[in-house]
Amino acid sequence: MAGKVKRDYSLVGESTRIAIETGLASAEWYHTDIPRKTIKELMQRSDGPAIRDTAIWIAAILASAAGGIYFWGTWWCVPFFFVYGVLYGSSSDSRWHECGHGTAFRTRWMNDVVYQIASFMLMRNPVTWRWSHARHHTDTIIVGRDAEIAVMRPPDLLRTALAFTGILDFRYSLPALVRQAFGKLTPDEKSYVPEMEQHKAVIAARWHIAIYIATIVLALTMRSWVPLVLVGLPRLYGTWHMVLTGLLQHIGLADNVIDHRLNSRTVYMNPISRFIYWNMNYHVEHHMFPMVPYHALPRLHELIKHDLPEPNPSMWQAYREVWPVLLRQLKYEDYFLKRELPPTARPYRGEFHDVNMSAAAE
Amino acid sequence: MADWVEACAVDDVDEEDVIRFDHGGRSFAIYRSPDDEFFATDGFCTHEKAHLADGLVMDDIIECPKHNGRFNYKTGQAKGAPVCVNLQTYPVKVEAGKVMIQIA
Repeated sequence: MAGKVKRDYSLVGESTRIAIETGLASAEWYHTDIPRKTIKELMQRSDGPAIRDTAIWIAAILASAAGGIYFWGTWWCVPFFFVYGVLYGSSSDSRWHECGHGTAFRTRWMNDVVYQIASFMLMRNPVTWRWSHARHHTDTIIVGRDAEIAVMRPPDLLRTALAFTGILDFRYSLPALVRQAFGKLTPDEKSYVPEMEQHKAVIAARWHIAIYIATIVLALTMRSWVPLVLVGLPRLYGTWHMVLTGLLQHIGLADNVIDHRLNSRTVYMNPISRFIYWNMNYHVEHHMFPMVPYHALPRLHELIKHDLPEPNPSMWQAYREVWPVLLRQLKYEDYFLKRELPPTARPYRGEFHDVNMSAAAE
Repeated sequence: MADWVEACAVDDVDEEDVIRFDHGGRSFAIYRSPDDEFFATDGFCTHEKAHLADGLVMDDIIECPKHNGRFNYKTGQAKGAPVCVNLQTYPVKVEAGKVMIQIA
């Protein structure tokens, strides 16, 4: 399909039809072989690591908020809100993600509570986004099927740069919640949220909007920006780390393939970013085995790295690798970065992937 | 009248685990619970076509390997999004070290 038909990223358009007809939708994906006993051990759930990390997360949120409020009106509040913003606007994404999968905690209600809180922090409808993420795992970077393709082709570089400010996401997320609160779902949303779940999306949106209205009323009553700087606005000023790490998951790699080694990227990151990101830098591993909790991903990586492309050694190196690919995609949108496999890996199955390999970088 | 079919030997399934059993063009999942009881359900998740034998058994729950949808494998009950449709269950008995399931 690549190179023959212009990509249509709607979920009910021409690319959708082609993805279904060609078998790219809901396909069987490549998996590295792991003995059942080993993967079963890696999949085991435990409350301990997530309770520890969540306690640290909440304590850091409260401490940075307290510092920001205490120093409000002075420049000293800036570093506190810098930390608070990242914890609120970025690390909530990985909590949303892991708890949405139900892998962070063994206890279901703990996953659900953190999922709901993180969804609110991100201005994400917890119902529609749960379903869109399920679709993302079924049809990862399949054009016309995946609702979570961050950078479409040809890439809109201005839009991508603005993503670091959170402005575009804010501009989309808040009106989307308002629309959903009035009971309206788009055709795309209806394509991945089952009918029996759609009313739940409306109820969730109403709760989110009610809390934002209460925050605005509080700010007006107090005649202060503080309530808004604490609730809602961190989605703007604290979102940059989520974008910095999250963009690297798939950007510049192949689309319309059914091997996560071709369309996902593992990047080694510093421990602070890994805490904020809950180890989602091991992204090939996560997509191949979404049942493995975040705290077991480094072990999974060690077990299967012989079968995966060499990880990017840093975020800086990864962006340096991606930048020329994006520039080239401006002219040739079929171009992508084909990651080399080590000699120990099972080769990519060209016949298994409906992709124009000749378009890939050498 | 539904037939009883030999699915596997008792020792083929670890405690708190699941295996796949294919028969007559259909696929099933055979579970051994932590308290050493056996259960059987349809093999594929009701959400999308992923085999539950690749999933994780935790107490009474089987979690689908693809989207982490959860079912009670004893009753077939779907436990919430992304699974909304219950799983078909089948009667099971153990005879002479063999796990038998009754397939309609």
